[in-house]
Amino acid sequence: MSIEFVILAVVTVLAGLAAITLRNLVHCALCFAASLLGVAGLFLSIGAQFAGFVQVLVYVGAISILVVFAILLTRGAGNEEGKRFFGSPIVSAAIAVLLGGTLLTCVALSSFTDADARRSTATVRQVGEKLMTSHVLALEMIALLLTVALLGATTLAMPERKKP
Amino acid sequence: MSPLAGCLVVSALLFGIGLTGALLRRNAIIVLISIELMLNAANLNFLAFWRFGGSPEALNGMMFVVFSIGIAAAEAAVGLALIVAVYRHFKSTDLTVLDSLKG
Repeated sequence: MSIEFVILAVVTVLAGLAAITLRNLVHCALCFAASLLGVAGLFLSIGAQFAGFVQVLVYVGAISILVVFAILLTRGAGNEEGKRFFGSPIVSAAIAVLLGGTLLTCVALSSFTDADARRSTATVRQVGEKLMTSHVLALEMIALLLTVALLGATTLAMPERKKP
Repeated sequence: MSPLAGCLVVSALLFGIGLTGALLRRNAIIVLISIELMLNAANLNFLAFWRFGGSPEALNGMMFVVFSIGIAAAEAAVGLALIVAVYRHFKSTDLTVLDSLKG
């Protein structure tokens, strides 16, 4: 395991932790973007170039900006000075820690046979050829889905009409 | 630790953090952020098993991650539009306020 992987992993986990614990919503959104950038770096470090670039474009470029806009539009809700957590945080935290601990124990108990000798990485050209040949139906369906989601989001966020 | 195990450990930690946030926080936007963190953890798992698994030339894990990111984008857009609509109705994004269905 290389040193840059460790650095990226630490940045990702710490930024994620900050994103769910900080009090200020804008700080949360910024830490969320930092965590996503860390994940993009992890993608690049394991040789998934296209996924890393898509991650930067879609998550860091679009979704985090969308989150910031949502925070902007829902400002003044008066939820900042109150409590951040639900009434019984111990139970929820225990459930989450239990699940994370189980996953980590599974990873620790498993023995993996890495195929690390092959350094063949997927180039963008290979990914594009695959997308346009064997996965073209899924590509068309996701185009349709994104159109529907765009229309749906616009309709949902429109102001409610006054009933006559 | 092997690279695959390293990726899986980071992924498990990220998933745990996301689940903690989704269960703990009262703000709807933070809950959505936590869900995105969990999706990212799953994507990291897919890529790790694709890269260090049996047949990296088949590109299946990569394809899955690309489509998963596309669906996550649609989900985030609709989710945030829902949060804005709910805010317009209730004047709050605090999830404890939205208890109209509570008996």
